[in-house]
Amino acid sequence: MAEVFTIRLRVWRQPGPQAPGRFVDYTVPNVNPHMSFLEMLDVLNEDLTLRGEAPIEFDHDCREGICGACGVVINGIAHGPNARTATCQLHMRDYRDGDTIVVEPWRARAFPVIRDLVVDRTAFDRIIAAGGYVSANTGAAPDANAIQIPKEDADEAFDYAACIGCGACVAACPNSSASLFTGSKVAHLALMPQGSPERKRRVAAMVAQMSDEGFGDCSNHAECEAVCPKGISIAAIALMRREYVKSVFG
Amino acid sequence: MLLDSKVPDGPIADKWDHYRDTAKLVNPANKRKYTVLVVGTGLAGGSAAATLAELGYNVKSFCIQDSPRRAHSIAAQGGINAAKNYPNDGDSVWRLFHDTVKGGDYRSREANVYRLAQISNNIIDQCVAQGVPFAREYGGLLDNRSFGGAQVSRTFYSRGQTGQQLLLGAYQAMCRQIEAGKIEVFSRREMLDLVISESRAQGIVTRNLVNGEMERHVGDAVLLCTGGYGNVYYLSTNAKNTNVTAAWRCYKRGAFFANPCFTQIHPTCIPVSGDYQSKLTLMSESLRNDGRVWVPLNKGDRRRPEDIPEAERDYYLERRYPSFGNLVPRDVASRAAKKETDAGRGVGETQLAVYLDFGDAINRLGRDRIEERYGNLFEMYQRITAEDPYRVPMRIFPASHYTMGGLWVDYELQSTVPGLFVLGEANFSDHGANRLGASALMQGLADGYFVIPYTLGGYLAGLEPLSNTARDGEAFRIAEGDARERIQAMLDIKGSRTVMDFHRSLGRIMWDYVGMARTAEGLKTAISEIGSLRKSFWNDLVVPGENSTMNKSLEYAGRLADFLELGELMARDALERAESCGGHFREEYSSPEGEAVRRDDEFSFVAAWQYNTRPSDAILHKENLEFDNVKLTTRSYK
Repeated sequence: MAEVFTIRLRVWRQPGPQAPGRFVDYTVPNVNPHMSFLEMLDVLNEDLTLRGEAPIEFDHDCREGICGACGVVINGIAHGPNARTATCQLHMRDYRDGDTIVVEPWRARAFPVIRDLVVDRTAFDRIIAAGGYVSANTGAAPDANAIQIPKEDADEAFDYAACIGCGACVAACPNSSASLFTGSKVAHLALMPQGSPERKRRVAAMVAQMSDEGFGDCSNHAECEAVCPKGISIAAIALMRREYVKSVFG
Repeated sequence: MLLDSKVPDGPIADKWDHYRDTAKLVNPANKRKYTVLVVGTGLAGGSAAATLAELGYNVKSFCIQDSPRRAHSIAAQGGINAAKNYPNDGDSVWRLFHDTVKGGDYRSREANVYRLAQISNNIIDQCVAQGVPFAREYGGLLDNRSFGGAQVSRTFYSRGQTGQQLLLGAYQAMCRQIEAGKIEVFSRREMLDLVISESRAQGIVTRNLVNGEMERHVGDAVLLCTGGYGNVYYLSTNAKNTNVTAAWRCYKRGAFFANPCFTQIHPTCIPVSGDYQSKLTLMSESLRNDGRVWVPLNKGDRRRPEDIPEAERDYYLERRYPSFGNLVPRDVASRAAKKETDAGRGVGETQLAVYLDFGDAINRLGRDRIEERYGNLFEMYQRITAEDPYRVPMRIFPASHYTMGGLWVDYELQSTVPGLFVLGEANFSDHGANRLGASALMQGLADGYFVIPYTLGGYLAGLEPLSNTARDGEAFRIAEGDARERIQAMLDIKGSRTVMDFHRSLGRIMWDYVGMARTAEGLKTAISEIGSLRKSFWNDLVVPGENSTMNKSLEYAGRLADFLELGELMARDALERAESCGGHFREEYSSPEGEAVRRDDEFSFVAAWQYNTRPSDAILHKENLEFDNVKLTTRSYK
């Protein structure tokens, strides 16, 4: 079996939304390199529970990088050091004995902390509700092959539709902008013929909602693309801007 | 009690049309007087909530996640079946129906399955209309691939993220109705009880997972769309928070639980690496289109796979099942893998794995083609194992994945509690004893988009809409009180073992005795061990923190308490079913070649369990299964 080692953690603890938070230091011995990062936190939490301390709350669910529930800032980088990797897919083999890891929640005005590493991301749902859909009532659809879509377009739409809504883009952005998230949905739907009658209304409403939620504007830092676990390109933001301009002047 | 499946009369192909032609309708002005509570926001719940809201009902939607978009349907990889026959390879509604009944080893209800096959085509149309980016061919038409248990290509897919794309389609349809004011979403809420009054479901009690507050919700109907119970095995491919609690509480209030022992152990998952392991990751069945499964011919051969020459490899699925080869159904593939590892031919550090090898496919098609088909899965594999599957064969092993059993429902998807409907994986009806690949997404969306909108009307028509003041009634008060008491009881134990510790113990019992191979003796052991474990749980559990804040340990404890009861019922059901069928394999009932031996004369029924005070006192009811259209034969994939 693999050699175990020791990790030092400095974790953001915050009892509730209004309570002040602070960093607390922990030592986790017996870290196995095959463990995932979240499994390492599980082990620490088991230990805290048995010692009568409050375990660290963090969101997680599928643990295979697709549900978008997990996500913390690890040593200053949203989802940690590996490109295109959600927190749950990060493994301890990327660390060495004695390493110190600083763990923080997403920090953004539009993502208030609920407890410890858990934040409220419902602003994302409201952006989608503002217009991120195709109005197609159940039952009214024509045959699936009635409209042909060039493979390249469908593939590109998929690349944007792959967004898991984790919020890393916001956490990484110096402006806390949700432009990559919003742009991904705008781009996905703009590339498909099905949503085209609603294009103008969609982009205008989603952009307005994004700004109402308190997310900042995009100023092309591209930090979002760097941390996106699905590797979504900031071309989404350019496409959103073109769509927006067309909706205003087109 | 007589279980009335309410299957309409007439030839199977006409039943659903006939039902729809004659179902009672609720007029548009009356629909807005009804409130429907939809619990769960996966494919079944999301599609039901959106569709019912479009029709004009008031919908309240509940999920334990922070957003409806995260329900575990999102993790489904491979695809969704439909009988479109676009590839012109001989598919039809009849064939999809037939394959599904056969794949389920003749333990599903024919009429439900036929309807599912009929609706399958509408689902694809609907999802395309929502803008779901399915895989396409260069001509712009939809692409298909094949899946286990079928000899046609009927599976539609979006790379290896089909569930995600279909779920986002349903979620976006929901969002449109949220904006329109027809759906109210309650996220981070857990249903802790069903409220029954005047002999019908009238609402639910939920706990707000942010602040612990109990909430009462009144509804004219309750739709349970809460998924399966595969996490009873502790390690499974299910999301960590997936649980049986909502369904179990309904069971304890009178809804029958059907075929709990029918669980699916999926053959291609990344093997366990250590005790700290929290979950297992699926490698999509679609990989078996191009990957070849093998083990070393010789016991204990510890050479690296590339050093084992072709002549010393055993492609056991191709050898044993020449006509289906690597694409045999999941139950067959899982058992075959177990047989090899039991015989000492397993591979990898733990020797609890077999190889899934893409070497031939890469030589034949080139790395680019393989990357295009499975790139995200290969990447996922590499992240978890630190091995490159383009160069070294994947190591895979079976793991708990899906549960065919669930709450009993009739043709209208209504449980034995009037007004409580159960959709998707949470019900039992369509997959029998084994689910074929790419059929779960199909069933979830069929139930939500196309079945419940018709059958719910039949229930609500003529029913007096409830007033919100019902929430102050006795039934709500009692249900809320019970839920509070249970929470307090867990917090008060202050013992010495954590929830996860207990869950691991339960998982071990379930995997060893109620897993891929079961015996009467083992099942009896399981029943007794689960009973002791449950006792120990209620005496020695430690739950940190309190009820009034976010407390995931407390949520987890409540879910495990229910798994500890369900596990016993699963073992009892498995003991009662003295035959082998689908995922339920009793060693006593197997052929000399190790194939399942079904006993149709005695066991061609649905086992529907009724709760009765204690887990061990559950009462068995039987719904006899009639097969008028598909001939009962020994399932063979040879």
